[in-house]
Amino acid sequence: MRDFYGTALDNGFMLGTAQYPSPAVLADAFKRSGASVATVSLRRESGQDRAGQDFWQLIQDLGVHILPNTAGCHSVKEAVTTAHMAREVFDTKWIKLEVIGEEDTLQPDVFGLVEAARILSEDGFQVFPYTTEDLVVADKLLQAGCEVLMPWGAPIGSGLGLNNLFGLRAMRAHFPDVPLVIDAGLGLPSQAAQAMELGFDAVLLNTAVAKAGDPAQMAHAFALAIQAGQAAATADPMEPRDMAAPSTPVIGKAFLE
Amino acid sequence: MKLQLNGDAITAQVETLADLLADQGLETAKVATAVNGTFVPATLRAGHILQDGDSVEILAPMQGG
Repeated sequence: MRDFYGTALDNGFMLGTAQYPSPAVLADAFKRSGASVATVSLRRESGQDRAGQDFWQLIQDLGVHILPNTAGCHSVKEAVTTAHMAREVFDTKWIKLEVIGEEDTLQPDVFGLVEAARILSEDGFQVFPYTTEDLVVADKLLQAGCEVLMPWGAPIGSGLGLNNLFGLRAMRAHFPDVPLVIDAGLGLPSQAAQAMELGFDAVLLNTAVAKAGDPAQMAHAFALAIQAGQAAATADPMEPRDMAAPSTPVIGKAFLE
Repeated sequence: MKLQLNGDAITAQVETLADLLADQGLETAKVATAVNGTFVPATLRAGHILQDGDSVEILAPMQGG
């Protein structure tokens, strides 16, 4: 598996921490997932409930790599400022960079994304950009200093899976040495397996686990699928063909007419 | 002085950003701060003098995808 800014991960499972029914369910889901990375965010803290402090304790106890995001940011300035605040709070150079460009699809504003990635890379951040499968944008992100790319599978929270197989295959083929993560849009373990079979290095998902009826069981299912897909990718899968090819040898077949 | 704290109008008898955090009971909390949209690192809070009408954001770890 390719490493992420010099960090080798135990597996290709990156799991979000949002939308779980309770902190206990979140912790249980992480335990069953075996995920190596947890995504987190920053929000306003009030002096009264101190929800952020409790959450901080919880994620530290997970014992996984922390990947803070800039979710909800719509401008370069907002994303860059959020990244700086996240770096201080979470004490990591990693940042999942989101610059959202459109509300219905939550697709990235790729122009702002490239600009923010350049600013943050120059400032020593290790940027994980949430992008599309566009090869030109991907190339500009690499030029901006990114050493990891995170194309979407489908719109965030949609559960539609890998919407553009051609584009994602092309991306994998075009950047053979770049760690690639499918970020967003996965709804089922089979879709995660498919991503790994295509040669992606990891998948990042949240809603599919958090909104399942049994998040811990679904986390476990995703872990198995990711493991299976990864194993398949390293086993050099056969090429599909249009016509049948007998698998049972024809030579030596009895003549019984 | 009058301030905007996380979007709410407040009145606080404070001079610096560090004072405001203490006033809110957050001086030792795991938070990051910004004033008027600009990040203020923890090490600079004590020296950051607040002005009447400043907009302060205090952010903490939260669930995210």
